[in-house]
Amino acid sequence: MASVAIGNVYKSFGATEILHGVSVDIEDGEFVTLVGPSGCGKSTLLRMIAGLEKISRGHISIGSRIVNDVAPKERDVAMVFQNYALYPHMTVAENMAFSLMLKGVPKAQSDAGVKRAAEILGLVPLLSRYPRQLSGGQRQRVAMGRAIVRDPQVFLFDEPLSNLDAKLRVQMRAEIKELHQRLKTTTVYVTHDQIEAMTMADKIVVMHDGVVEQIGPPLELYDRPNNLFVASFIGSPAMNMLKGTFANDGAPSFRGAGGVSLSLPKPPSIGNGEAIVLGVRPEHLRLADDGIPVTVVVIEPTGSEVQIIGRTAGGEDIVANFRERHSFAPGETIRLSVEPGPIHLFHGETGQRIEAAR
Amino acid sequence: MAAIKQVERPDIDEGGMGYLQSLPRRVVTVYLPLLVFLIVLLFPFYWMTITAVKPNVEMTDYVNYNPFWVVHPTLEHIRYLLFETSYPGWLLNTVIISTAATFLSLAAAVLAAYAIERLRFSGARQVGLAVFLAYLVPPSILFIPLSVMVFNLGLYDTPFALILTYPTFLIPFCTWLLMGYFRSIPFELEECALIDGASRWQILTKIVLPLAVPGLISAGIFAFTLSWNEFIYALTFIQSSEKKTVPVGVLTELVRSDVYEWGALMAGALIGSLPVGVLYSFFVEHYVSSMTGAVKE
Ligand SMILES: Nc1ncnc2c1ncn2[C@@H]1O[C@H](COP(=O)(O)OP(=O)(O)O)[C@@H](O)[C@H]1O
Ligand SMILES: [Mg+2]
Repeated sequence: MASVAIGNVYKSFGATEILHGVSVDIEDGEFVTLVGPSGCGKSTLLRMIAGLEKISRGHISIGSRIVNDVAPKERDVAMVFQNYALYPHMTVAENMAFSLMLKGVPKAQSDAGVKRAAEILGLVPLLSRYPRQLSGGQRQRVAMGRAIVRDPQVFLFDEPLSNLDAKLRVQMRAEIKELHQRLKTTTVYVTHDQIEAMTMADKIVVMHDGVVEQIGPPLELYDRPNNLFVASFIGSPAMNMLKGTFANDGAPSFRGAGGVSLSLPKPPSIGNGEAIVLGVRPEHLRLADDGIPVTVVVIEPTGSEVQIIGRTAGGEDIVANFRERHSFAPGETIRLSVEPGPIHLFHGETGQRIEAAR
Repeated sequence: MAAIKQVERPDIDEGGMGYLQSLPRRVVTVYLPLLVFLIVLLFPFYWMTITAVKPNVEMTDYVNYNPFWVVHPTLEHIRYLLFETSYPGWLLNTVIISTAATFLSLAAAVLAAYAIERLRFSGARQVGLAVFLAYLVPPSILFIPLSVMVFNLGLYDTPFALILTYPTFLIPFCTWLLMGYFRSIPFELEECALIDGASRWQILTKIVLPLAVPGLISAGIFAFTLSWNEFIYALTFIQSSEKKTVPVGVLTELVRSDVYEWGALMAGALIGSLPVGVLYSFFVEHYVSSMTGAVKE
C-alpha cells in the first residue's frame, strides 16, 4: 500500500491540452473517486497514474517514489478497465494468475493466491471457465480478482460498473466498498456517476474540463460546494439554482426573476445589487405561507417521498422533495420557503461560493 | 456475422433475409445461382479428372467417343507422370519451398504488422502504406532486378532462390492481412498486460498471437497457395529439371514443342492442387472466422 501524490500535472495530446494543472494527494489506504462529466480527463489522469500515458508536465509519485519515468509494470499498480479487458483465450484462473506467472511466482504459490482471491469474490466455481462463458457481473468480478491477486500498492478503477445494469451496479458498488474496507489498499476510482462517487469514496475529486473543481469528503462536497459546477454536479435531484441579485435594504435578501424574493443571512464581501445565484437542495424546501409562489408542473411520488417539479413566476424550474405525502394537482400554486441554514450563494459571474457571515 | 444472426431468427427480421424463406423463391434466389456457381467452379476439375484417366485414343476421337465421358479409363498417364518424369521430386520441391517461404514470411509479417499497428512509431502509417504499395508491384517487373541479385548471391538454381524471393510478395500481403487482424484486438488487453508486468515480447507471444491464430492461419494459407502457384520466379530462377516446382515442371517437361501430353499434364495439375485443397478444408473454419469477425471475448 502506498500514498499517491499528483503534483500540478498537465497533459497534452498534440496541441490540445487536456489536463491543466491537476493536484491531488491521496493518502495511504484511502478510497478516492475522480468524478466529472465525460471527457473531462478522468481516464487520462488515471492512465497517467498507471503509466499508460506520458506526463506532459508536473509529477506523480507513488509511495515516496516519483514515477514519471517508471514503466507501468514497475509501478506495482493494478487496473480494472471499463470493459474488463479479460484475456479471452485464458480461463478465469489463468487470467488471474497471469501477472504472477509473468513475475515467475512458483505454481503452488500462485494457485494459492488465485484461490484466495477467488474465495473473496465468490469465483471458485468459475475458475475453469472462459470469459465468454461469464455474465457481465462475473466478468467484472474476475477483473477485480485479477487486480486483487497481485496485492498491488494501488488499485485503479476506470468506470468499472458502467457496463452493468442498474441493479447489479448497486450491488457491485457495495461489494467494492466492502472489499476496500477489508483489503485497505489505496484506491483511485474513476466514475462519471456522482452517486457512485458519493457512496463509495472517502474523498471525492470533482473534475471539470481538465481542472479540479473541489476535493473533499462526500458530505462536505454536498454541504459546502465550492462553486456552481460542484453544486449542480453533486446531488440527485440536482440543487435548485435561482439567478438574481443581492439586495441589502435593511434586511439582506435575494431578488430573483418574476418578483421572487427571499430573505438571507447577511453574506460578507458582496455589494448591494450584485448578481448572485441562490442554490437550495430539493429536500431543504418546505411549504410555508410566506414562501415564494410556485406553480406545480409534475408530481413524482417515489413511495418514500414525493418530488414536486414546479415553476416560479420568473419561469425557473424548481424541484422540491417532501417526506410527507402531499397530493397537489398540476397547475396548483404552492408556496415554498427555504430553511435558512442550507442556502448556498454563489457569485453571479465567477460562480464561486459566497460564505455567509453568521 | 449480422447475416448469420438473421438467418438464425428469420421470423424476427422479415425485412432482412426473410425473402429467402418460401421454397420456390429459395430455389430461384439461392439454389439455382449456387448450382450455376458450382458447375462453373467444378467443371474444370471434372475435365482435369476425366482427361487424366482417358486413353489417348478417346481424347482425340470426338466422333466415336463422347468428349465429356470416359469409356475405358486408364492409369497410364498417372503411371507415366509418377514413374517416368521427375514429378514426385517437383512435388517435394514445391512443398519444401512453399512451406519455408510461408513460415519465413509469416514470421516477418507478424513483427512488421505488430510494429506498424501497435508500436505507433512516427511514420507507421506511411510504412503501412508503403508495404501495401510494395504488394502492387508486379513480379514481372521485379524478376529482372531480383534475378541479378539471385545470381550475385550464388543462389541461382537452388531452392533458396525461390524461398528468399517469394517473401517479396508474401510479406506485404501477410503484413497487410495481419495488420487488419491485430487492429481488431482491443488495445486494453495489451495495456492490461503491460500493467500486469508483461514485456512487449510477452504481450506479442502470450496475448496477441494466441488471439490472432485465425488471422495467422488465413495468412498462412494464402501465402502457401501463392507460393505453390508461383510461376515467373520459379521459371526464371530454376534451371535443372529435378529442382523445378510443380507448375513449372508440368508445363516445361510435359509439353515438348507442339506435343502436349494432355493426360499427364492434367494428372499433374490435379495431384498438384490436392495439397492446397486439403489445407483449405482442414482450416476452413478458422479461415472463415478470420474473414468475418474480430476477436470475441
Ligand atoms: N489518445 C488521445 N488522443 C487525443 N485525445 C485524447 C486521447 N485520449 C483522450 N483524449 C481526449 O482527452 C479528453 C479527456 O478524455 P478522457 O480522459 O478519456 O475523459 P473521461 O475519462 O473523463 O471521459 C477527451 O476530450 C478526449 O477526446
Ligand atoms: Mg473515461
